[in-house]
Amino acid sequence: MDPSRIWTRVHPLQWLLIVLLLAYPGPASDFFTFQIGAYSLILGTIALSLMMLGGLGGMVSLAQLTVAGLAAYLVAIFGENSVGVLGLGWPWWVTCLVAVFIAAVFSAFVGAISVRTEGIYTIMITLAIAVAFFFLVRQNYVVFNGWTGFAGIEPPTLFGVYWRDPAPFYYLSLAVAAFFYWAVVYCSRSPFGLALQAIRDNPRRMHALGFNVAAHRVTAYFLAGIIAGTAGVLLAWFNGRISPGSVGVDVAIDILVIAVIGGMRHPVGPFAGAVVFVLLQNFAIDLIDRERFNTVIGLVFFLVVLFSPDGLLGIWSELRSRFQQSRQSRFHSRGSSGGSKTFDSVGASQSSH
Amino acid sequence: MIVRYISKTLLAIAIVFAGWHSAKAQETIKMGALATLEGAFTVLGEEGMRGVEMALEEFGYEAGGKTIELVTGSSDASPDSALRAARKLVEQDGVPILVGPLSGSEGLALKDYAKTHPDVTFINGSSAAQDTTLREPAENFFRFTGDGAQWLAGLGEYAYNEKGYRNLAVLAEDYSFPYTQVFGFLEPFCRLGGKAPADARFWVPIGNNDYSSVIAALPDDVDAIFVALGGADAVKFLTQYGQAGGELPLVGGTITVDQSVLGSKGRIRDQVIGTPSAGPISDTWDNPAWREFQDEYRERFPDGFPSPSLFAHSYYISTKAALLALDEVNGDLSDGGKAYRRALANLEFETPTGKVSLDERRNAVADVFLTEVTVDDAGNLANETVRVIPQVNQTLGLPYEEFLAYGQVSRENPSCE
Amino acid sequence: MGRLFGRHPNWTIAVLLAAVVLVWLIFAVWPEWLVNVIGRKKTFVNTLINGLTLAGLYFLVASGFTLIFGLMRNVNLAHGAMYLLGAYIGYEVAEASGNWFLGLVVAFLAVALFGVLMQVLIFRRMEGDDLRQTMVTIAISIIAADLMLAVWTGTTYQFTPPEWLFGAITLPIVSVVKSSGDAVFIKYPAYRLAVFFLAVAVGIALWVFLNRTRVGMMVRAGVNDRDMLAASGVNIQLVFMLVFGLGAGLAGLAGVVGGTALSIAPGEDLRYLLASLVVVIVGGLGSISGAAVGALIIGLAEQFGLAYFPTYGVVFTFLIMVLVLAVRPQGIMGGR
Repeated sequence: MDPSRIWTRVHPLQWLLIVLLLAYPGPASDFFTFQIGAYSLILGTIALSLMMLGGLGGMVSLAQLTVAGLAAYLVAIFGENSVGVLGLGWPWWVTCLVAVFIAAVFSAFVGAISVRTEGIYTIMITLAIAVAFFFLVRQNYVVFNGWTGFAGIEPPTLFGVYWRDPAPFYYLSLAVAAFFYWAVVYCSRSPFGLALQAIRDNPRRMHALGFNVAAHRVTAYFLAGIIAGTAGVLLAWFNGRISPGSVGVDVAIDILVIAVIGGMRHPVGPFAGAVVFVLLQNFAIDLIDRERFNTVIGLVFFLVVLFSPDGLLGIWSELRSRFQQSRQSRFHSRGSSGGSKTFDSVGASQSSH
Repeated sequence: MIVRYISKTLLAIAIVFAGWHSAKAQETIKMGALATLEGAFTVLGEEGMRGVEMALEEFGYEAGGKTIELVTGSSDASPDSALRAARKLVEQDGVPILVGPLSGSEGLALKDYAKTHPDVTFINGSSAAQDTTLREPAENFFRFTGDGAQWLAGLGEYAYNEKGYRNLAVLAEDYSFPYTQVFGFLEPFCRLGGKAPADARFWVPIGNNDYSSVIAALPDDVDAIFVALGGADAVKFLTQYGQAGGELPLVGGTITVDQSVLGSKGRIRDQVIGTPSAGPISDTWDNPAWREFQDEYRERFPDGFPSPSLFAHSYYISTKAALLALDEVNGDLSDGGKAYRRALANLEFETPTGKVSLDERRNAVADVFLTEVTVDDAGNLANETVRVIPQVNQTLGLPYEEFLAYGQVSRENPSCE
Repeated sequence: MGRLFGRHPNWTIAVLLAAVVLVWLIFAVWPEWLVNVIGRKKTFVNTLINGLTLAGLYFLVASGFTLIFGLMRNVNLAHGAMYLLGAYIGYEVAEASGNWFLGLVVAFLAVALFGVLMQVLIFRRMEGDDLRQTMVTIAISIIAADLMLAVWTGTTYQFTPPEWLFGAITLPIVSVVKSSGDAVFIKYPAYRLAVFFLAVAVGIALWVFLNRTRVGMMVRAGVNDRDMLAASGVNIQLVFMLVFGLGAGLAGLAGVVGGTALSIAPGEDLRYLLASLVVVIVGGLGSISGAAVGALIIGLAEQFGLAYFPTYGVVFTFLIMVLVLAVRPQGIMGGR
């Protein structure tokens, strides 16, 4: 059941996927490259940070979008904006580094608050923090420019390329997403990642073995904050603006929905979830009754949680195991039909004491 | 079961992908309409769409010899969602003309977006923030319905001269549209000698649900309260003010006592009767064109408001302008819409609420109605016309440079000490 | 009292002093200098009572939330949706029948039934899986919010309370003495006072139910050790259903009560869910008395924040939450 072994096994598919992703802007229109492709990658990266916390660490945080939103705000504050509030005009790379770093520190702070309490509290506390941040930016005019927020955020023009043009921005998002994808895979096999997963499965035992449980968790929050913060910078460049509406609770919950629909066992899950989510968000209006988008996405979420806790990934491995009757695939099906690793762990830790 | 659901979804997605380069038919022109069809402003967005529909029906879905195909987009009143919907309409559906959006911050976001698509023509729906057209306007963004300060022209003078108010408290939501409204009301009021100092202004977050503390903090020694709250917020305040035994007279902003509030299910009657306000429409205006519009609306939408609201009216006028200009260029948008936009800029037409034309920044010059809330013959609350203020422009009659010297609208502008 | 004084002399003196000052602030006519420092007395007293009545409303909502969590470890994030559902159902019934109290009762029963169904059909399937239960409640709240928007649209609804509860009553508290020598008394909405007393009554009823009845004893035993209770022959599923129904019903009841004091509109579900979350995190998860203490703190903080620091009033409550979590993670009344 070591997840890392499952990942290495799908090599041919991975290659196909890489080729597809690289060739995508060719046939796709600007709209599909930018609004669907790049946006899915950004949302997927934010959800990836949640997957890292939830899937590896067993901590489901609703504040990951808040971390991304903070980074986006900082880009507007330290960089340039057209609103006339702050906009310190720092060079773009300083702005980005500082924004991501502060966002990661903030994420660690969220972690520090919530790791003092036990599992189920995390979701409540992070939800409350997300809302507090939303109210703060909405009410504060001196730093965050209140309800209006910031507009006129521009990505830099580098190497003669304007980075908000659809294809360049798509490749930028793809590069960021791919890097963090690789980083999460790498992290999950590193001693730190293994310890984190062990802590997820049984914090008491790890504590007894001499691991500093809280420090591991806070570090995980810090690393997830780097991922979410970088995605937040992309988000600011993508929209060209940031306002309280972008960091609202509904959006924070959307990130959770994306991660759960996709599946939290493997870093590809959040991206799969994001593609489905963005497609539904844009085309629900054409396919289903347009005002009921939330019912549709809510139902999908509901069914996934109820019947396939592994999300799309779970369905995928289920399908594979039905088609191939090899020993190896039976191993898979056992893994997925018995519930997700993430969710199993809660039961496991309970039954062990 | 899930498998079947997913495969259905995949099929649907495949269909969408297959159609992503659908060829545009020669004889039809796509027109986008963007309103808040999700979230708390759903009712207002639906009302806006009624206006679009009425204008299209009037033209029989034809203008300049071309068939008009309506493509709708939906936002939830946040600038981000408006931008997302506009991108879809422009970049995916390929509309050359877009009518919308509904609310102030969305308008500002769309103005910025318009600059990146100079070949697409944007016609504002009902959003009324000042800077959408006043500062750094976009060449291809048109507003036929005025801004929040324009809509209150004459109300400040009326409160000072005819109501005899001298000291006012101000209660408003804390964002750009109410700032614009407070500015438009207080500027003449304070120029005449009225007072509404900064410590008598109460700014509440949008969507605040408990006004009891604000009511407790209202000063006793003022003549009236100027209330610039919209929709649900207005209903909540009015009800709670009644429950708390409040007795001060009120002066209303444009959407504080419009049909979306007067038609709500609540106990606000005692509070609002006699409240003066101003805006681009007046429910009881005695004018054949308005009556016809009103009757048409009531007949077509029996489940709508008792009388068409500001939002139906704004979207109607904007859509009608779009169609009239299309007639003028015979439906020819082949030059990237340049001729079309020239026609729009020079357009001057009669609406149910009087003549509308545009200034050099493509913002409306239109009539404004000074109203007071009464009970109409059917027993519904309605805004009765007190007087019509003809042809108000965005700078309220001042030269552009002089008007800019007032500075951007904000909590403290004007100071009124 | 004497024993308390003996154990914590300083604390007791401080609390007594604070109480005396508070009573003086409420009943005395304020001298000029005090008005100059903290504003008019009318604002202060009204804000204080506002805080208390809001706390009453928060307690009504949060007690159901904490009751469910206490027994079943189920963080029911659909609690806000139940509040809103109760409000809408109550509104329809009250409008159709013309009887506000009927609306109150039907809302309680309907939402209680909804809660029981949720427990039987969904949560029983995933017992002991806290995280999945919480996710399901999020899904339910997304769907419910959207369906309620479809049925009741985005219009703001306002209840008509019984005639004798509408309007303001004059309290025996002097606000200012005019120069003519007439005393001006403070007026306060009658209905909101009624909310506070209803909350106190519900609180007492819950206490009696949990401490003085056989079923209540089972619930408390279940909170302490679910498995032992089941082993001693109690039908624990029945107890679960009962508690879930009661907790959900309280949310529905609060919907009508709160909807009458304020108003009903989309988005209120989230607001009351968050209020419940913060109240129980501050007060201590799973404890009814914790919900009462938390509701008082949050209600007062929110109202004083709104009146005296209107811009940042909303952020206050969350600062309190973070502070409590930093100092006492299990909440003020939470024991572990």
